[in-house]
Amino acid sequence: MITLTDQPFDAGAALTAFCAGRGETGAVVSFVGIARGEAGAATALELEAYPGFTDAEIERIAMAATARFSLHDHAIIHRTGKIAPGETIVFVATAAAHRREAFEACDHLMDYLKSRAPFWKKEHGPGGDRWVEPTERDIADAVRWDQPEN
Amino acid sequence: MARVLLFGRLSDLAGWRERSFDPAPATLSALKALIRDLDAALAEAIDGPGVQAAVDKALVRGDVALSPGAEVAFLPAMSGG
Repeated sequence: MITLTDQPFDAGAALTAFCAGRGETGAVVSFVGIARGEAGAATALELEAYPGFTDAEIERIAMAATARFSLHDHAIIHRTGKIAPGETIVFVATAAAHRREAFEACDHLMDYLKSRAPFWKKEHGPGGDRWVEPTERDIADAVRWDQPEN
Repeated sequence: MARVLLFGRLSDLAGWRERSFDPAPATLSALKALIRDLDAALAEAIDGPGVQAAVDKALVRGDVALSPGAEVAFLPAMSGG
């Protein structure tokens, strides 16, 4: 399930809910992304989404990942709007029969979210505001998953 | 009437986030020509590297026809998480 929210959320509660009632899932892997303060250089992050497009694009990638990694389930919660340092920006959880698929799917989904999902990120700081675009590292991380598997 | 949505740095550059064009231009290229008349810097940014267009919430490449009620979004390089 994909959720976009402009309200702070509890990643721990989301993980507990995701793990509940799974008799056949052997592995759940989760990732929590937290806004960094950059030693005072960033007072807030602002994330813009395109409702109806952003969630549909993420769902499309998540369904492809479900097939590729034989997932039982996935959950993605992504903040939008203004986010203070220390607040959770993103939560990703994947469930599979075995740990390897769950780890890889979670890693894959985060790399996608970081550089290809339709969000626009602005950093507010004492020196002004700036739009943040994906770094070379973010782009290289996402490209790793483009190689077709044998 | 076509609705145009700008995201990220494009809306800061233009000074608006959403605008209607009435009557709706017949094609995406005709819409871009209208935008060029309005704001040459914005038109240049829209045609710049890394900017994608979506029509009715689907990414498009090149020129496409616009329906009378089309929603056109210009999307600069994306960055989440």
